[in-house]
Amino acid sequence: MAGVIDGLSWLLLLIGGGFVLIGGIGTLRLPNFYTRMHAASLTDSMATLLILSGIMLQAGWSLATIKLFAILVFLLLTGPTASYALANAALLSGMKPEETGRTVGDKASAS
Amino acid sequence: MIVVSGVFLLTLLAIIAVAIVRTENLFVAVMLTSIFSLLMAANFFILDAADVALTEAAVGAGVTTVIFLSALSLTAERERSLTRERHLAIFVVIVTALVLIYATFDKPRLGDPQAPVHLHVAPWYLEKTPELIGIPNVVTAVLGSFRGYDTLGEVFVVFTACIGVLFLLGSKRDPESAVSESLPGSAGLSHHLIPKVVSRLLVPFIVLFGLYVQFHGEYGPGGGFQAGAIVASGIILYALIEGEAAALAAVPRAALMGMVVGGAMLYGLVGLAGLALGGNFLDYSVLLSDPLAGQQLGILLIEAGVGVTVCGALLLIFHAFAARELA
Repeated sequence: MAGVIDGLSWLLLLIGGGFVLIGGIGTLRLPNFYTRMHAASLTDSMATLLILSGIMLQAGWSLATIKLFAILVFLLLTGPTASYALANAALLSGMKPEETGRTVGDKASAS
Repeated sequence: MIVVSGVFLLTLLAIIAVAIVRTENLFVAVMLTSIFSLLMAANFFILDAADVALTEAAVGAGVTTVIFLSALSLTAERERSLTRERHLAIFVVIVTALVLIYATFDKPRLGDPQAPVHLHVAPWYLEKTPELIGIPNVVTAVLGSFRGYDTLGEVFVVFTACIGVLFLLGSKRDPESAVSESLPGSAGLSHHLIPKVVSRLLVPFIVLFGLYVQFHGEYGPGGGFQAGAIVASGIILYALIEGEAAALAAVPRAALMGMVVGGAMLYGLVGLAGLALGGNFLDYSVLLSDPLAGQQLGILLIEAGVGVTVCGALLLIFHAFAARELA
């Protein structure tokens, strides 16, 4: 049982780390502001969810798990809000979301 | 592992420091300063200084960034580029850097058990804290009781800084404040539904967390400085979303002034109470019949004083900038 939980925790941590990596590559490589922000918000939401769940499985039933859960809820509330506020501010300041290159649409939908 | 993370973080810090100096866009510089503070907090944390890390994250990355941004909205976004050469400045910087590097040669290796800092008073603090103070967090014991004078000094530094900022930026427009409330700029971001809803959800919990950090300081990382900054950041979030006028209606300027003065006075009065009950200044053992309980009561009271002063000072400084913005 302990082995299963440990394996599951490592799996979650690894997938979470993978999402951080994808988010980082996307932030560097994607062509314009909105697609980059999409990649960055992937780190915010998906990666934190997976990594914190993985750490929670490591911590077991303890006070640390409750604290981690509180952090998770906090990040899940603030991350998307910050992404929205950033995108909204960009839109209001006149940055138009437009498809500039030929591969933009493919890359954005793939990631 | 710690060495690898430390080197990684310090390298990033150096890169960001150069970027802050190089950039001419002040907005970018403010954001980089915030990232610098966050990395610094992580650095403190891997060196096991959780209390300092918490302070750096709350004050450096949180509140200071907002105050910098409010200051930035009073001025231009771009730095004026200097045309003349800065030979003297570069010379001074290089000489100072060389002197500092030379000074590090005398420093003991990181974590060296023979370092003077580990041989002088630190073992005594670690050994005597359970006996004399009876609380688990030695940092709070050192900060609140053993080195109570230093912390009293820090509180008065915060107090003085706040008074100084208010003298420089204090608004003289009190009769007209009714007019400024009707300005569109004071409405905050309340027309943005999502940030408004989420911040309404979060502000009570941020303030609650601040109180937790305040009163949990004897058992874990935390204390007055961190708690004051966290509570202030919660109220600043409220001010950013609902408008400065709403925040001032919730916590009026007079109340903030009372917090700054009252917190510092509470600290001083606890010291005087010790004097009146026959002990030394800031000796909490005499406050109650049981010396341990007296120490804990004293630390609780002075931490409350610190938290109230820091919170009030940060909010007053924020409001001083925000009020100039509307003028």
